[in-house]
Amino acid sequence: MEPLLSLSHLVKHYATQKAVDDISFDIQKGSIFGLLGPNGAGKTTLLRMITGIFYPDAGEIKLEGKHFDPLLDIREIGYMPEERGLYKKMKIGEQALYLAQLRGLSKADAMEKIKYWFEKFEMQSWWNKKVEDLSKGMSQKLQFVITVLHEPKLIILDEPFSGLDPLNANLIKDEIYALAKKGSTIIFSTHRMEQVEEICDHIVLVNLGKKILDGTVADIKQQFKESIFAIETNQPELIKDNSLFSIIDKADKNPNKILVKLSNAVASNQVLKYLIEQNIPIVSYNEVLPSLNDIFIQLVEDTQAKARAFQNI
Amino acid sequence: MHKIWIIIQREYTSRVKNKRFLLVTFLVPLLMVGLIVGSAYFSFKGTEERKIAVVDPNGFFKDKLKNSNQLKFEFPKDVDTSNYQSKGYSDILLMPLFEGDKKADYILRSKKSMGFNLQETISYKINTAIEDRMLEKAGIQQSILDSIHKSAQIAELKAYEDEGKKSKESNAALAMGIGYASGLLIYITMFIYGTMVLRGVMEEKTNRIAEVIVSSVKPFELMLGKIIGIGAVGLTQFLMWIIVVVTLTGVGMGLLPDDMQNQVQQLQQSGGQMGAAGMAQASESAKNIYAFQHVLATTNWPLIIGCFLFYFLGGFLFYASLFAAVGSVVNEDPQDAQSLMFPITMPIIFSYIITNVVIQNPNTPMAFWASVIPFSSPMVMMARISYGVPSTVPYWELALSMVTLIGGFLLTTWLSAKIYRTGILMYGKKVTWKEMIKWAFAKS
Repeated sequence: MEPLLSLSHLVKHYATQKAVDDISFDIQKGSIFGLLGPNGAGKTTLLRMITGIFYPDAGEIKLEGKHFDPLLDIREIGYMPEERGLYKKMKIGEQALYLAQLRGLSKADAMEKIKYWFEKFEMQSWWNKKVEDLSKGMSQKLQFVITVLHEPKLIILDEPFSGLDPLNANLIKDEIYALAKKGSTIIFSTHRMEQVEEICDHIVLVNLGKKILDGTVADIKQQFKESIFAIETNQPELIKDNSLFSIIDKADKNPNKILVKLSNAVASNQVLKYLIEQNIPIVSYNEVLPSLNDIFIQLVEDTQAKARAFQNI
Repeated sequence: MHKIWIIIQREYTSRVKNKRFLLVTFLVPLLMVGLIVGSAYFSFKGTEERKIAVVDPNGFFKDKLKNSNQLKFEFPKDVDTSNYQSKGYSDILLMPLFEGDKKADYILRSKKSMGFNLQETISYKINTAIEDRMLEKAGIQQSILDSIHKSAQIAELKAYEDEGKKSKESNAALAMGIGYASGLLIYITMFIYGTMVLRGVMEEKTNRIAEVIVSSVKPFELMLGKIIGIGAVGLTQFLMWIIVVVTLTGVGMGLLPDDMQNQVQQLQQSGGQMGAAGMAQASESAKNIYAFQHVLATTNWPLIIGCFLFYFLGGFLFYASLFAAVGSVVNEDPQDAQSLMFPITMPIIFSYIITNVVIQNPNTPMAFWASVIPFSSPMVMMARISYGVPSTVPYWELALSMVTLIGGFLLTTWLSAKIYRTGILMYGKKVTWKEMIKWAFAKS
């Protein structure tokens, strides 16, 4: 299948740094794509090129196989930047109408779509209110509506959940799934790894302007697994280091659960067999895959000073 | 282009619908009229009266120093510098003994210091008295002197400008008034609407809406839409002011007493040349109103208003984009805006100072250069145009000034757009003028 968006060898240099340094990847139609990286990795610059705000110094962006032309294709993109805001003194309804018209919708079209979304999110009563009267969560919802209302093929959300309570976050999350199901492609940029694991099909990790990871979440976890297994037993004292595995962590919240790292070339069934032979009562035995958070830290830590500023929640 | 139009509409309507706009539109003309009337009123009524004790060892100045509204001269005995206050005088004037015609010091001591104008008046009165004394010495009687003083003030200078074979009555006072007023108006509006652009851009940046918008439109379109929208607000405001002033003047004229209106009409019909009897009948105020209407009628209003609108728009566009560039690099701190604005406000203030000089001497080389260089041309050229086109400002100078102004604002807009599109998306970094200039001249 032809990818919806295809970046090849994109480069963007600023006076002092290479913000994006030869990055290529494809995004499949209908996928929820995670763009990850620590602060200053070049994510925002990359997104600004995809949205046509910046022109790349080199490389090419293709949308549905055709060269991306910001002037024509802007209509197909919905972008919710990380630095997002609204006119404080403007009425909500007028503001949504204004921004939709700037996206290229006719007034009548915009009106109809705003009504649909306002109804959906139960925002009809907001129409004549001003943004300064809204809570942060409410204005986030409004932002989201403004981003998706012209039914773009590509929706780009930069940290969409920041400042949202779990209820509203779920509302938006469900909407993201629904949009993807309807065929929209979503780029989701964040450094909140647990959200990425939950939502994204495919991720790319960038750091210092380069792509350092590209794949589906499941593949990447497989790729970074370290033969670590969790053994849960009623008699944890019976488990000792041996030639098959070594214990790496006893201090779990559950004292009956022990993490072990298998020695080289040891299959997991050998361990299971050993445990049975030792007559250790097994409650559960399973492989522990690294979290994206662990992978992220492992990959980024080497390249950055310890005092790097990314959220690690 | 369609999107710029949407932006212009928003910038325009959001400001024009604002209550503050309506308030300013109607209050400013009222305030100006009030200011003029008020200052006229106070210059007649609001002044203090000074009672001055004159110590005159010559016994000469009595009856020679004429009293006026503000100055009362008295010649009491037993008053000196130690007791004039307790005797109820505000000042004491000590005359020297005459010794031939030597220059001598006349000393004025006051409880509260006297204004410059009053001092000048006293000095003038003393000198006139001395002049009279000298003429008297030369054998001219006081009564003759008095009648000469009364009847000598009859010359009235009428100046004409020669344009080819025609000659036109020129009115330097009116030209100066119009030039000064339009220069001042451009100066004030440049600040008002320039900072309005600055604040608008800052609002978009600090509210973090800039990136949302520039993902739909080009930064240049956003900047231009804002500038044009605010310029249109300015034009609307001027239009409303003109309407309000014309209406107020009309209403004011209508409120005049009937016989005064008749007199003014008679003066108009006879071109100011009524018979001696009619002239005498016409009251002083009717004559003033007629004179006012007459000079208004001789002024080339279409030219002045047309040029005013051109130079307001040109000057606004020239400076507005610079204000927009500054607004785009400011972060949360309004203090930054102040210091970054300084290089823009300085030439505006400087141009205003030049305007005040040029209005006295509209034909100097400085006047020419200042009305051709776009930094100052909007104000300076307006000051000169009121003296007459093409007599004071030849057509080619006017054309050159307009062309440089158009070129100037195209250049500032182009350079500012490059600063703007970088600055508007940059957060948390303090930007200096050096960096801004680097962005402005960067390639692509």
